[in-house]
Amino acid sequence: MSERHDNSAAKSAILGKIRRSLASVSEGADPNRNEARQEVQERLASRPKGIVPKRAQVGHYEKVAMFMDYAERVSSTTARIGSYDDLPGAITQYLREHNLPQAIVMGEDPRLKAVNWRTEPQLERTIGPSDGTDLVGVNHAMGGVAETGTAVLASGPDNPTTINFLPENHIIVLDANDIAGDYESIHDQLRDMSGVAHMPRALNMITGPSRSGDIEQKIMLGAHGPRAVHVIVIG
Amino acid sequence: MEIKSRDFKKNASDALADATLQKALKNVEAGFIGKRQASVDALPEFEDLRDLGRDIKTHALKHLDVYLEDYEKKVTASGGHVHWAETAQDACEIVRDICHSVGARTMTKGKSMISEEMQLNAFLEADGMEVTETDLGEYIIQLRGEHPSHIIAPAVHVTKDQVEADFRRAHTNLDPNRNLDDPVTLLGEAREVLREKYFAADVGITGANFLVAESGSSVIVTNEGNGDLTQTLSRVHIVLASIEKVIPTLNDLDVFLRLLARSATGQEQSVYTTLSTGPRRTEDPDGPEEYHVVLLDNGRSEMLGTDFEEMLRCIRCGACINHCPVYHAVGGHAYGWVYPGPMGSVLTPSLVGVDKAGHLPNASTLCGRCESVCPMRIPLPKMLRHWREREYERHLNPTPQRWGLKGWAYFARRPKLYHRTMRIGMRVMKYLAPQTALMRRLPAAGGWTKHREFPAPEGKTFQQMWAEREAERGQTKGDAA
Amino acid sequence: MNQIEMNFSAPSTPEQKRDGSRGTDVSGKTVGLFVTCLVDLFRPTVGFAAVKLLEDAGFTLEVPKDQTCCGQPAYNSGDKDDARALAKQVIKAFEGYDYVVAPSGSCAGMIRKHYPSLLADEPQWADRAASVAGKTYELVSFLVDVAGIEGVSSHFTGSVTYHDSCSGLRELGIKDQPRKLLASVPGVDLKEMVDNDVCCGFGGTFSVKYPDISNAIVGKKTDNITKAGAGTLLAGDMGCLMNMAGKLKRDGSAIQVRHIAEVLADMADGPAIGEKSGR
Repeated sequence: MSERHDNSAAKSAILGKIRRSLASVSEGADPNRNEARQEVQERLASRPKGIVPKRAQVGHYEKVAMFMDYAERVSSTTARIGSYDDLPGAITQYLREHNLPQAIVMGEDPRLKAVNWRTEPQLERTIGPSDGTDLVGVNHAMGGVAETGTAVLASGPDNPTTINFLPENHIIVLDANDIAGDYESIHDQLRDMSGVAHMPRALNMITGPSRSGDIEQKIMLGAHGPRAVHVIVIG
Repeated sequence: MEIKSRDFKKNASDALADATLQKALKNVEAGFIGKRQASVDALPEFEDLRDLGRDIKTHALKHLDVYLEDYEKKVTASGGHVHWAETAQDACEIVRDICHSVGARTMTKGKSMISEEMQLNAFLEADGMEVTETDLGEYIIQLRGEHPSHIIAPAVHVTKDQVEADFRRAHTNLDPNRNLDDPVTLLGEAREVLREKYFAADVGITGANFLVAESGSSVIVTNEGNGDLTQTLSRVHIVLASIEKVIPTLNDLDVFLRLLARSATGQEQSVYTTLSTGPRRTEDPDGPEEYHVVLLDNGRSEMLGTDFEEMLRCIRCGACINHCPVYHAVGGHAYGWVYPGPMGSVLTPSLVGVDKAGHLPNASTLCGRCESVCPMRIPLPKMLRHWREREYERHLNPTPQRWGLKGWAYFARRPKLYHRTMRIGMRVMKYLAPQTALMRRLPAAGGWTKHREFPAPEGKTFQQMWAEREAERGQTKGDAA
Repeated sequence: MNQIEMNFSAPSTPEQKRDGSRGTDVSGKTVGLFVTCLVDLFRPTVGFAAVKLLEDAGFTLEVPKDQTCCGQPAYNSGDKDDARALAKQVIKAFEGYDYVVAPSGSCAGMIRKHYPSLLADEPQWADRAASVAGKTYELVSFLVDVAGIEGVSSHFTGSVTYHDSCSGLRELGIKDQPRKLLASVPGVDLKEMVDNDVCCGFGGTFSVKYPDISNAIVGKKTDNITKAGAGTLLAGDMGCLMNMAGKLKRDGSAIQVRHIAEVLADMADGPAIGEKSGR
């Protein structure tokens, strides 16, 4: 596709330079990089986990409490409800409390689809990605990370990425059973039985509302993304 | 961008005399240091994570060719394209060609320091593209026609009042009498202006904090959300990444995520960590149709296997800059190129040549505070010293300095001569300042006496007095015997 | 103004000093004193303070004549040949001692942390460099960490503030030791300054190569020193002390500047650094 750039020549040149530089200090000769390749394959296959903070290695109840605590520390708000049946009411209550219109944009996550929304007939729901005019977006997280209060959202028809960033208010629905202690557990969920990672186009790890410190290093909320993030934990 | 590191001394003097800049620079010390320490203190595993992060990067660099190939395969498998660029110029041309191939006229950009290294904006604008920086800090300095003065806080040298003036000048379609006293209104105004740009953009460019070989993902770690809007709303997403950004696995990424934000801003985690893998899938309702990664070398492959290899572990957190007393004094522009502070003083000579950046390795007290906070445990003072050795070997430092050093070393290497000479020298020096005990005008040390008194010696040297004491003791011993 | 009390008490024995200490038995151990060039030339008092502290701690002390400088100025200026030559000179002069002690974190750091790498490629020197490096210490940390001293016999009346010099702090981990010994001196009132661990802007040749930047950094430092409200500034390195004293004097400050060893050895009765000499 390039007009004048020879990609494979550039690739060979760069890799050649890397190999020459590395060879200049390596002890055993490995001109074909067979050993290096084997070491890399072993590393990729074994995927050693690094140091998981102790604070994240706790029981389920502590994880949920820790998730909500850390989420609030980064200026998210949280609510905990018993079941999906309570979700429409929790959303309308949040909208009322924040003087927001009873209108949301949301994706087609099956867990959200299965909710009986008729309990809150005044709530107007638009299904699909956000076009930037919506005030409130609702997405379902694939998981939460207790150690920093981070919600993890995977893009797709269920949860359009635009909903995470365009509406001023972002409501994240999270099943308490999906709250893990650490990031590693979330990444485990993306891998299949043979250990291959299946990535959505975008995996958004969200820790609080958008912010900027670019004017005199004073943190202000609501930069380009949502000004408010509300996490509703279910269960 | 043009390399002005040779003018460091003048740049620094100008910076020290610039009252507005000095006011703005106070925010560096106030805004980062305490927060970093608090977040580090809150994570008992932090020091061990630093060791582990260092080891992972070292492993990745020793196998860089293989990881890059594996990474490319994964990107390709997810429907993306990898472009290899040996030089900044090549990388610019690759980006331009991608733009041409989709008929792009407008572009939004998230923060990318290598795009500064490439001088990409100027290159694309010369080609007729409209390029808009979307990170608030980058947007501010784009309006000002400046370059970043800090790698994570590009507009740290600008005061709120200056931003207000810039916005009034640039946003002419808004009410000139609007109240912009509160910085939040400035943020809101930028948000509104840039919203339109995201939707209008044909191409969105982001940098990458990491590239994950296991999954073929590019990772950006941000707070504003502009990088995500840039890549989600454009038709084409181009990722600019230098080759050393590749790490093995998602589990390794987690190690770096625990280090990066704490070291950079003192947050336990940045607001948005986004892993992007390929273009929009067939069933996806949003996201870019094309996904390109430009891998830039620009001299890095030649740092491998040298004294400067460890610099390639850098994850661009800015902690060394935030903790550097020289940076606090003069700010980032004085350094004269893309990367300021300690990391810049090591990296710039590597990338542009020490002959063009000779001041930078010298403009450090080697206080070591940078190394003490570097999450990758990069021995920055050691590498600054390595550059000084290169300069000395190549006779790049000023002749008077070399002579001074050589003259002093001549004596220091001859202890007998040294002690005899110094005995006289100190007596003279003391005599020179008989009244004030301070030497206002010490010959050949104008640099010192310009701002400081020179404390006069006590008179005799220690060696002289010690010899006298020993002689006396010998005498006493002799008497006793 | 500090009231300097003269200490007429007989020097206490090492056993008394190390009362209940966990220190090693130092009887018969010999320390080679690395005076440092700045102490030798500008402030012999510090050398004699070091001698007193080490002798009080029970060490036998020697001062080799064949010492000048540790070579750090050459090393930090990229002049490796001269740095190596000076390193060898120091190694030859000091390798026979049980310990090498310097009243400077900067010079001790040079020997301890940098000699081994500097001479790593010279087989006949690498082991000797490592051996000397392994037994080289900065004075105050040596007294606390090696000799196991819990306190010193000294007197001082007045408030002090302590600057942590960079090499000592970050290369050798010297932070608590000076404070511990200062706390044992009756009459010392330690008033910590803000940013006591931030560089004073000296940096050896940096201070004359980039005087304006150096001045900006030391200016912040002396502001913090002044705000601490102490009558005396202490530190463990002559380079930093001369830099800060020079700036304080230029600004007309009355704050006295001394090496910490002077206070610990009860030898803080003479003129302070940069003050009029009475001798």
